[in-house]
Amino acid sequence: MNVSITLLNPDIMKVDLKGEIDHHSSIVIREEIDSYIEKHRIKKILINFKNVTFMDSSGIGMIIGRYKKLQKLGGKIGVVNLSPKIKSIFQMSGLFNLVSCFSSEKEAIDKF
Amino acid sequence: MTALNEMQLDFVSKSENESFARVVVAAFASQLDPTLDELADIKTAVSEAVTNSIIHGYEDTTGIIRINSKLYDDRIVISVQDWGKGIEDIELARQPLWTSKPELERSGMGFTIMENFMDELMVESTPGKGTVVTMVKNIKRSNAQ
Repeated sequence: MNVSITLLNPDIMKVDLKGEIDHHSSIVIREEIDSYIEKHRIKKILINFKNVTFMDSSGIGMIIGRYKKLQKLGGKIGVVNLSPKIKSIFQMSGLFNLVSCFSSEKEAIDKF
Repeated sequence: MTALNEMQLDFVSKSENESFARVVVAAFASQLDPTLDELADIKTAVSEAVTNSIIHGYEDTTGIIRINSKLYDDRIVISVQDWGKGIEDIELARQPLWTSKPELERSGMGFTIMENFMDELMVESTPGKGTVVTMVKNIKRSNAQ
C-alpha cells in the first residue's frame, strides 16, 4: 500500500491511495493520515480511490475512525473515484451518510 | 456430488497473510472461469473471514488458519477454519455494524459483506475451540466453452 498526501489548498488534504486496503494495510493508512492531520491541523480530507484495487471492511473501519477524529475538530471527509465494487461496500455499510462522494477533485475543491 | 478439484492451505495468522490467502483462493477459483466481479466477491469474502480469525479468533496470540476449497461444476465452496477462542454469540456477531473491537476501528461489517457477496454462509463455532466459516459462491460460467 502506497499512501501519498498533498495539500489541495490550505483547508483540504488529498490522500492518494495505491494498492489494496485490508486490515494489514489500513493500519499504515491510518497512521499516515493521523500524523498529517495533527501536524498540519487539517479539517478536510479527500481520499482518492483511483488506484485502489481492493477494499474489505477494514477500509470502512479506517474511514469511520478518521470521520470520528475529524468530527471532534469540526471537519469532514470526501471521497473520489470509487469503483463499483467499493461503492457497493460503502452503500452496504451506510458510509455515504458520513462522507461526501465527489465526481472529481475539482468538484471536491469547489463544494467541500 | 463429487468435487472437480480440491485444495487445502494452512498458514500462520499474521496480517501479512490476508492478501496471500485471498489471492490463492482467487487463483484456485479461476479454474471455473468466473467473471471478474465474481472473483472480486470471493476475494473480499475470504479476506473478511481470514481477518476475523486473526483479530478475533487468535487475538494477541498466533495460530494456524486453514482454508479448504472445493470446486464443483457451477460453484465454489470455501471454508476458513481457526482453532482460536471461538464466538460466544454467533447471531450477535452476524449483526451488521456489531463489533467486539471498536477500539481497533473494526466496522462490524465482516459477516454482512460475506453474506452479501457470497450465495451461502454458514458459521459454526465452539467457545474455546475455534470457528469454521463455510461460504458458497455460485459461478455462472458465462465464458465457458
